[in-house]
Order: sequence, then C-alpha cells, then structure tokens
Amino acid sequence: MATTTTQKAGYYGQYGGQFVPELLMPAVNAVAEAFATYRDDPDFKAELQALLVDYANRPSLLYHAKNMSAELGGAQIYLKREDLNHTGAHKINNVLGQALLAKKMGKQRLIAETGAGQHGVATATAAALFGMSAEIFMGQEDIDRQALNVYRMTLLGAKVHAVQTGTQVLKDAVNATFQDWTKRIDDTFYVLGSAVGPHPFPEMVKYFQSVISEEARAQFLQQTKRLPDVVIAAVGGGSNAIGAFSHFIADEAVTLIGVEAAGKGIQTTQTAATLTNGSDGIFHGMKSKFLQSADGQIDPVYSISAGLDYPGIGPEHAYLSEIKRAKYVPITDDEAVAAFEFIAKTEGIIAAIESSHAVAYAMKLAPTMRPEQQIMVNLSGRGDKDVAAIARYSGVTIHE
Amino acid sequence: MAVKKIADVLKNGQGFIGFTVAGDPNFDQSADYIVAMAEAGADVVEIGIAFSDPAADGPTIMAADIRAAAAGSTTEKVFALIAAVRERTDVPLVILTYVNPVFKYGYEKFLSKMAALSVEGIILPDMPLEEQASFLELANQYDRSLIQLVTLQSKARIPDIVAQARGFVYIVSSLGTTGTRAELTTASRELVAAVREYTDVPTAIGFGISRPDQVPQFAYADAVIAGSAIVDLIAADPNGATGAIKTFVQDMKAAWQNTSNNA
Repeated sequence: MATTTTQKAGYYGQYGGQFVPELLMPAVNAVAEAFATYRDDPDFKAELQALLVDYANRPSLLYHAKNMSAELGGAQIYLKREDLNHTGAHKINNVLGQALLAKKMGKQRLIAETGAGQHGVATATAAALFGMSAEIFMGQEDIDRQALNVYRMTLLGAKVHAVQTGTQVLKDAVNATFQDWTKRIDDTFYVLGSAVGPHPFPEMVKYFQSVISEEARAQFLQQTKRLPDVVIAAVGGGSNAIGAFSHFIADEAVTLIGVEAAGKGIQTTQTAATLTNGSDGIFHGMKSKFLQSADGQIDPVYSISAGLDYPGIGPEHAYLSEIKRAKYVPITDDEAVAAFEFIAKTEGIIAAIESSHAVAYAMKLAPTMRPEQQIMVNLSGRGDKDVAAIARYSGVTIHE
Repeated sequence: MAVKKIADVLKNGQGFIGFTVAGDPNFDQSADYIVAMAEAGADVVEIGIAFSDPAADGPTIMAADIRAAAAGSTTEKVFALIAAVRERTDVPLVILTYVNPVFKYGYEKFLSKMAALSVEGIILPDMPLEEQASFLELANQYDRSLIQLVTLQSKARIPDIVAQARGFVYIVSSLGTTGTRAELTTASRELVAAVREYTDVPTAIGFGISRPDQVPQFAYADAVIAGSAIVDLIAADPNGATGAIKTFVQDMKAAWQNTSNNA
C-alpha cells in the first residue's frame, strides 16, 4: 500500500500521537485495532474496492488540461478529477472505507464534522447506503455559507447539528463531534474527514485516500510514460493532499506542494496558513503545527473556503514539511477566486474553492517550468456548492 | 506558608473539592473566590486555566473560559493569581487545563513554576496514559502529581492508569462532558472499587455533582468534586458570589454528615 513515513505507531517524527480524554481512549483504540485487523484483510479490501468502482465511480480521470497549459505557457497541467467522484469530492474515498470499518465493528450510528459540507454529504451518503443513521456537526457560519450542502445532507436522511460555540467553523465542529462521541460511545463511529486527530485517524484517512495517488501514478506512467514533476494539492487538515502525495513520497524526483489558505494574506490575522504561520502545539488529539497565541490558545482562523478554514494540519504534513519532503505555500482568497474563474473559462470545469487554491498555485508555477514538464493538480472537488458564495464575493446578486 | 498535602486532607474521606476558572469573572474577584472556598472548608481547590477549545467541558465551564479570556487570561496571570492566593491560604491546589497551554509554556518550566507556588497537582484531560511518559518523568522530578482520570470506559486500563496515580484519582462519574446532571449513574461505585484494588491513593468523584443531597450516595469515594455548580454561582452574580460560594461549600461538606463513610 502507500509509502509510510511513520516511525512508531501514530507518530511521524515528533508529530502525531493520541491526545484525547481517557473517556475516549478505549473507543479510539478499538478503532485502531479494527483498522489494523482489516487494512490488509482481502475480503475487506475487495468489498471496499467494489464500492469504489461500482458506487463511487473510480478510478477518477487523469485529464490533460491542454487549454490551461497553453494559456499559462509552461508545464503541462494534468488534473486528477476527484470532482467526478460520486458526491463530488475526494471525501467519499475515506468515508466508504471508514463506514465499512464501522459496519465490521457493528456500529450503527455515524457521526462526522464537516466544514464545506462535502465530508458531511459523503458521510450522509454512506449512512444511507449502509442503512445506518448519520449526525453531522457543522459550524453555524459554515451552514450559512454552504446552505446547498446542508440541504443535501438532510435529503440523504442525516441530521445536521448547528455548532454555535467558538468561532462556529470547522475547528468547532470537530470539538462538537468529539463531545458527542463522549456522550454516546457504544454504537457510534466517528467518521473523521481529514488526516487529523488522534492515531489511527491520520494514518487511516491516508490509507483510504491514497487511492488518489495510486491511480494517478499508474495513469501518468500509462499516459505520459513518466511521473509528474510536481504534485499540487490544497491543504486544510490535509486529506486530499496526503492522498495525492502518498504514492509519490518515495519518488524523490517528484516535488510535492501543499497549498494552504492564506485568506486575506499571511501578514494578516485573517488567514488559515498553518505551516506558514503556525507553531508546534497539541490539539484535536495530535501534536502538530497550529495557528495559536504565545500562550497556546488556538487562533480563530479565516479563509473564503470553509474546507480549508482550519487552525491545524495533519501530523504527517507537519513532518513532511519538517524533513523538507513536501513544501507548503499560501494562496489568498483573491488568488483562489481568480483561479476558480480561470479554470471554469479555460477548461469548462467548475472546481471547488478548496481545489481552486491548488489551481492558483499551478497558475503561478507552470509558467516558470518547461513545456515538457508535468504538473498534477489534485482537483479534489467540484464547485457547485461554491457558486452562490463566489457570486456574493464578486458582488453579483443571483436568485437561488 | 506550609501548605497542606492532598493525601492528608483526604485521608479520612468525606472530602470536598471545588473548582473555578482563574480570571472568572476577573482576576481580583477570582482570587477571593478561591480563598472563600478554602475558608468554607474545601479540602482541595482546582484552578482552571481558560482554554480556547475546552473540548471536555460542557457549556457552563466553556462560558467561564470565555469570561476569563475576556478578562485577559494568560498563563502568567494565572500563576500571579496563584501566588496571591498562596499568601492567603494553605489549601492544596491543583491546576486544571488542557495540554496545549502547558506544552507551549514548556512542561519543565510549568512544573517548576508549580513547585515554586506549592501547587501540588495538575489535571490534563487530554493527556491520556499513552502520552504521559515525558511529562510524568518531569512531574516526578519536581515532585508534582499528574492527577489520573478513570472513567466508566476505562475497565482493563485501570491497573495501568492507577499505577501512575498520585494526589487523588479523579473518578469521572458520567459519560459526556462536565456539567450538572439531575441523575447520576451508580456504576461509579464499581469503578471506585476497581480502583481501590490497585491503589491507596484517595478517590474523588466528579462530573455532574451539583447538590448537597447528591453527596451521601458517594460515601464509597473519599471526596466529591463540584465545578460547574460553583461556576454557575459566579455566572449568576459575577462580582458578588462570595457568600453563595461559601454557603454552597459548607452545605456540601455538611452533607457528608448525613452518611457514614464505611459504605
């Protein structure tokens, strides 16, 4: 399976661990044990593979974006089309894996946090498919800016809880989901959507998302006879990025670039660029990098993207950054919106505002490279959910 | 001032442990409330350091953390408050906060500060046994107690957890987060019995205890802990809760008289 950079269970160098209350440790350990049991179980893998192919529409396309490449005048850009998955984003890869694990563990109730709503939609979808119940925790502010996804979750039969504590965004939704888990452990499985949290979640999310780079690596070899020079993915908690990186980590010639949400700029407080501006901390079950005060209070963060609006990052990304295997760069709201519009007009693809951060960096990088070089952009999700928000951002009034 | 030890004040059982968030509603008032608890008979006082994301706490303590943050809470200010409190009382003190503020301050620097201020213990709800090794080594070096928590889920983990116990063992009586509850499970009686098989360190039971009439049922433990109930009194009358806090602590202590401690 994917190349692992874990040295001891749950740690990537100094990052990772299991910093959760004693009340949850037995539940977290039970998930770790079940994951260890099933990750290499042939029947489990076959069942998951069948779901990915027959239900989620995998493999996703690797698409040579010739118009973009020509317009930018440099490297060839290839889009890994996770936006074409069922439910419209990479989130389904992880959710099908975790929901199947929950089923093996005899759990009947799925709970999940969501930022942009994509992970909540995917979890609600899996619950509907498996005949389980789903309760989704979403910050009130995200509910307001992602109304379409909230309604999709309801249509799928999930109950959506508005989280009105703290900054009312993704971080607070994670707090609320962990809190819910402490109240009801026996029949409940927390489907964590990003490569964050206590062990085994970062490793498990990577395992299920690594299908992205497993396919992409083979597709590059088949279509172009060589590997990409650069792989670019947006990073909030980091699930699509770790999935896009994992099978390329051992290929040292492949440059790995994670794109963080700079919001209104890294020199402002209205940012979510964790590796650019953050420092070591312990929060949400893991030692990693966080945006925080000198006193260890977690900062309120900001990005136009509800999916990247997170003050931390998965521990393996903190490690890949520390050992300089991957580099992490900031992209502002303005740059992401420009990329959202650019890819729509040049390629006819409405990309998620999260993924548009990765596109924006490709737009900067491609012209500095040669035409025979290749960039893979992980197009992690589609942008239908963002259309109203982008219109608002651009000062356009539309009737919904 | 010579400070009392937790082991001594809880050795005969019937103990009461109070809690408040440092800086709630402001730092001067907060110091008075801690001293008031001690004067009213609290055997140990837990002092919370406000955290931006108190995930183990319910809405009551979350709100107190927000009030303390608005009062400008910083780790240094909390230590200054403790220094001021220490001039006025010899009650054993325990800090309760989350890992990150302690990690950012530096484990060793934090523990040495605790030692200098005669703060006997610290409760870190998000540092489970699996992640305690490096902190425990330093805590032992500075002769400070990392308070171990045991929950209704702990079961097979109990022997390993209580092997590290010092000060007292915090018995988490309920699932979920902190906060007052009308009904409390009786399963915690078995939990205390399980803990006692492996240690003589006193047991203190908390999460959801808010009224004197709840106290007698916990005669099997050495102490009860009330946090949210005291925070509620402060929320109701931020700058004038001294009397109410004293009455509450006295009533909780007196409630032990309605029971015998041999249960």
